[in-house]
Amino acid sequence: MSEPFLIGEAMTGGYGSGADILHDCTVAVEKGQIAVIVGPNGAGKSTAMKAVFGMLNLRRGAVRLDGRDITKLSPQDRVAAGMGFVPQTANVFTSLSVEENLEMGAFLRRDDIQATMEQVYDLFPILREKRRQAAGELSGGQRQQVAVGRALMTKPQVLMLDEPTAGVSPIVMDELFDRIIEVARTGISILMVEQNARQALAIADKGYVLVQGRNAFTDTGAALLADPDVRKSFLGG
Amino acid sequence: MDILNAMAALTNFVLVPAVAYGSQLALGALGVTLIYGILRFSNFAHGDTMAFGTMITILVTWWLQSVGVGLGPLPTALLALPVGIVVTALLLLGTDRIVYRFYRRQKAAPVILVIVSMGVMFIMNGLVRIIIGPGDQRFSDGARFILSVREFKAMTGLREGIAIKTTQGITVVTAVVVVLILFWFLSRTRTGKSMRAFSDNEDLALLSGINPERVVMYTWIIVGVLATVAGVLYGLDKSFKPFTYFQLLLPIFAAAIVGGLGSPLGAIAGGFVIAFSEVTVTYAFKKVANYLLPGNLEVDALLQLLSTDYKFAVSFAILIIVLLFRPTGLFKGKSV
Repeated sequence: MSEPFLIGEAMTGGYGSGADILHDCTVAVEKGQIAVIVGPNGAGKSTAMKAVFGMLNLRRGAVRLDGRDITKLSPQDRVAAGMGFVPQTANVFTSLSVEENLEMGAFLRRDDIQATMEQVYDLFPILREKRRQAAGELSGGQRQQVAVGRALMTKPQVLMLDEPTAGVSPIVMDELFDRIIEVARTGISILMVEQNARQALAIADKGYVLVQGRNAFTDTGAALLADPDVRKSFLGG
Repeated sequence: MDILNAMAALTNFVLVPAVAYGSQLALGALGVTLIYGILRFSNFAHGDTMAFGTMITILVTWWLQSVGVGLGPLPTALLALPVGIVVTALLLLGTDRIVYRFYRRQKAAPVILVIVSMGVMFIMNGLVRIIIGPGDQRFSDGARFILSVREFKAMTGLREGIAIKTTQGITVVTAVVVVLILFWFLSRTRTGKSMRAFSDNEDLALLSGINPERVVMYTWIIVGVLATVAGVLYGLDKSFKPFTYFQLLLPIFAAAIVGGLGSPLGAIAGGFVIAFSEVTVTYAFKKVANYLLPGNLEVDALLQLLSTDYKFAVSFAILIIVLLFRPTGLFKGKSV
């Protein structure tokens, strides 16, 4: 089997010089597919995501993007290498307009960003309407769209989302998932952490269930949904 | 009742001086608010930065005057101003390199940076006094008035005159130009937007590939421009004395906080609020009142709420009222 497009392999580490949070944890995503990390509170889901993005010190393990070892790169350098990251909170510039948010997402690019901006507006039509409005004045769901749009502006090959549906209504959540599938169809790999495990696994090509910083179950999304053990312990029967 | 003369007196002694003083405070407060928004600390060295920039401008002005270069009716200091700005910006960048960067790398708490800026304040303070001395310096030349009291009286036939000093006119025009350029820069250019983004959300700015050291560099350069322009305008309008510039720190901070720290628009509004309050409260209204009141009610008292010696109390009072009732300021800045 060939190596996945992005893989964080056997990662062990924690924040600063604190105790290890991840233990031999592996997450990966194939080109153009959706991989979802789920698990109970405090399982290290977000930590695993941050480890892949270079926001904590790995004591063991490696992160590879398209076969290249990027373990030592800073988060900024990983953005330049083709990774986009949407944090869970404070993920938009609230005092800047929607359009300025997108421009700032493309800060590293020196070429014409107009075409990418049009793509983002086509994906999220409501943003085109509110392009002159401050991002802080938008609703929760619209903000998440700005946050995803900002990350897409660098034309990343991998998009990493930390709980994109946190705090939005179920209807908005369904719509966001639809958009995420659309993004994946354009060939962008998606790695995301989700609280709404059932819905997330339903759209996932690959699912990772983490417990206490370790891989508990790893399979396709559909198989995990069907697995009685997973159902009993994480999906409420 | 003599409403026209009352209005003329009020304009001459309150409106015109307050507009000029307000413009100077607004420029000063803009510098403070930019540093607060981007470097995230209250810069106590700002008053002395203004003094330093003014001092360099004065030295260059004296040299220009000695070689006989001038601007005719305009003050020679305007020619020297660019040199003052460049030297001040270099001083600020140098200070950042050897002092502030060290604490930034350590992710020092804002309160530590405030104390650090006090240290920088004392050094700059000493530097200015060593070079130019602690005394009063006058350096304005050119025409003194745009409109003199005599001209105004001849024009209108009123008993009260209105005088507009050249320096007051230059202050307002320069302040408007500088503020327009600043707002254009912040809202239209890539660098300006990245500075606002950095001020808004530092972590996300880093994730977007915005280079913090560049943002910091541009901030110091802009602060150098604002501080020098504000200082030179104040010095032209009144006079230059290092201690006065140190004292300006209070009304400038009051202006920035009243407007809302981190909000450029607020800094401008705050500057005028403080200036108008200070001038109004310390003005003796006797003359105006006697024009308005019928003859038999004429007053002998000065009708001055506060002696000018106590003008700093006005800034303090407004500061306390704002902090008690609206800690984020008029324009929703960050709370202190």
